[in-house]
Amino acid sequence: MLLNIIIILPLLAAAIAALLPSERWRPWLLPAAAIPHLFLVWRIITQPAAPTDAAAMLALDALGSLILLVVSLLFTISSIYALGYFKTHPTWSNRTFIVCLLLFLGAMSFAAAARHLGLLWVAVEATTVVSAPMIYFNHNRFSIEATWKYLLFCSVGIALAMLGILFLAYAGLHSGVEPILQLDFLLREAPHFSKPWLRAGFVFLFVGFGTKMGLAPLHTWKPDAYGEAPGLVGGLLAGGLTSVAFLAVLRAVQIVNAAGEAQLARQCLLALGVLSLVFAAVFVIRQRDIKRMLAYSSVEHMGILAIGVAVGGLATYGAMFHVLNNALTKGALFMSAGNIHRYFGSKKMCETQGAISILPWSAGIFLAGFLAVAGSPPFGPFLSEFTILRGIFGAGQTGLGLAFIFLLTVIFIGMSHTVVNVVLGPPMEETEEEINDRHVLKEGVLTVLGPLFLMALVLVLGLYVPPPLRDLFHQAAELLEVGR
Amino acid sequence: MNDPATTILFTVILLNFFLLGTSRLGACIRVVAAQGALISLLPPLVHGVGVHTMVLATGALTLKGLVIPWLLFRAIRQVRIRREMEPRIGYIATLMLGALTTAGAFIFADRLPLLSEHHHTMFIPASLATLAVGFLLLITRRKAITQVLGYLVFENGIFIFGILLAEAMPLMVEAGVLLDMLVAVFVMGIVMNHINREFSSIDTENLCLLKE
Repeated sequence: MLLNIIIILPLLAAAIAALLPSERWRPWLLPAAAIPHLFLVWRIITQPAAPTDAAAMLALDALGSLILLVVSLLFTISSIYALGYFKTHPTWSNRTFIVCLLLFLGAMSFAAAARHLGLLWVAVEATTVVSAPMIYFNHNRFSIEATWKYLLFCSVGIALAMLGILFLAYAGLHSGVEPILQLDFLLREAPHFSKPWLRAGFVFLFVGFGTKMGLAPLHTWKPDAYGEAPGLVGGLLAGGLTSVAFLAVLRAVQIVNAAGEAQLARQCLLALGVLSLVFAAVFVIRQRDIKRMLAYSSVEHMGILAIGVAVGGLATYGAMFHVLNNALTKGALFMSAGNIHRYFGSKKMCETQGAISILPWSAGIFLAGFLAVAGSPPFGPFLSEFTILRGIFGAGQTGLGLAFIFLLTVIFIGMSHTVVNVVLGPPMEETEEEINDRHVLKEGVLTVLGPLFLMALVLVLGLYVPPPLRDLFHQAAELLEVGR
Repeated sequence: MNDPATTILFTVILLNFFLLGTSRLGACIRVVAAQGALISLLPPLVHGVGVHTMVLATGALTLKGLVIPWLLFRAIRQVRIRREMEPRIGYIATLMLGALTTAGAFIFADRLPLLSEHHHTMFIPASLATLAVGFLLLITRRKAITQVLGYLVFENGIFIFGILLAEAMPLMVEAGVLLDMLVAVFVMGIVMNHINREFSSIDTENLCLLKE
């Protein structure tokens, strides 16, 4: 019952947003929907799980709960930021944007709760469709190109995932099992499935949802989309949507694990995971555009997640922890990058230098976020990446561990050049007039509070993980260890 | 070989070739609509008339045969284009590629581990050939509208495969899939209109500003 409310609440708010005539009051619907959403999600996760119907179409297991929590938390904080964002642009039409944002939350919640592969597909495709108008929010040549690429690339990718789902159903049909795509049924019957069709199904699912997740070499839409989308949307895509796509990939992994084909899943995840780190390392060096840099960082972190799950054991636990860390840090980074972008009217390194003297809070958060995302202590990502690394060495894969450290170091150095220049570099020479011409508020409380809170959470997670969360990570990781 | 399903699938393959060979966009949209409408008839033909198959057939027929073509016609009227000029790879070359992939689809389908009742039917080869043609259209054409058509042909290929598994998808899910597709095409149409406004053409070659 609560689960239904979690999905319906954002959709209802979207309907109200579509009907509400006031541009000024419409943004308030975002926190009005997001805060109760987060509260309900927390209620569901902490209350003792009622035994669910084995053939349910909607139910939350530990994996779904984790992703739902990540999405809801990030969205709630983004909604506060959105208030500040629209306060600085009171004249912009925000109807489409806010309706899409709320539908986006609904679709992501739906994906997290779906227990049927078909429903999962419908929800993930819906996230693509409703996020496209948000990427196009700035209405210029660059954003239209990014939107077109995103829409076409992800739609075709998702279509491949649908083919994968049908292959899985055929795998069942081939071995005389009824072709039912309910997840619990699949997990129970998977060992009897026809192996060639099952393997083909996994590969297509992995490629399809991997496109959505942005694993290299399927990430080509990512720098464009994240680069052109408003910072708020970039954060939600990099933190929320990728987590949902990761969940979809994990569902496929669960099924092949149950079928006794865990080796295939490992190899696929490991190959694309390492490739993602390599691509990120190559493209992040000399990256002069701060938002594109963050997009490559997102490719990197998707790679880390894939590697964590591929290695298994302790590394899977680390990956579950990393989902949360990555989402919160990316949210803070994109929001602060959005503040910098808005003030300077540019996201190029050379035109935003010395941001700390002008935007002390945003630039400070950007720097702290960079340190966190690059894996420096004492932030959360350090802890989760370190856990994954311990898992890798513990599994005896020394070569992989060393490559992992090397690539992360390269990415750290590559990013640090740009970030340090933007934050601490010598400010550009500007005349009084140019500064007065900007007409932009320097920093609003609301646009700083959100990312600041996210960074505080990331810091807390680096020092202390609350036991309920730790249990959640453990239970989620255990679901992925079945059949290994 | 004479049952209606085989005839329909055979026609679907022929329509694929028509799409690869023609430059008139209006004709392309009509052909994709006809293809979509034809395959919508397959579920009741294969699985017999029932509530599920009839609802699916009606829904798919309305969307693939009427609503989506109408959206696309509206889109090309707004941007005032008639023809796809200068594809990345010429028409003859894409036709040849189409022929090769279709032949490949038949050979490959023969080697797949299929259920005995699916051996020597047109379903698998037609589905694979249609998927390949959809991909070819996506890759070789430059106009945004033909790329959308490529995506739709690709979806048709998936639909044909899905017919073998009618019980796998509950009606609710099928409705969701069709709705998603409709909204996707709707959004693509809007984006296309904006591309035209920005660049005075819907040639996707214009979309090359974002790079490293």
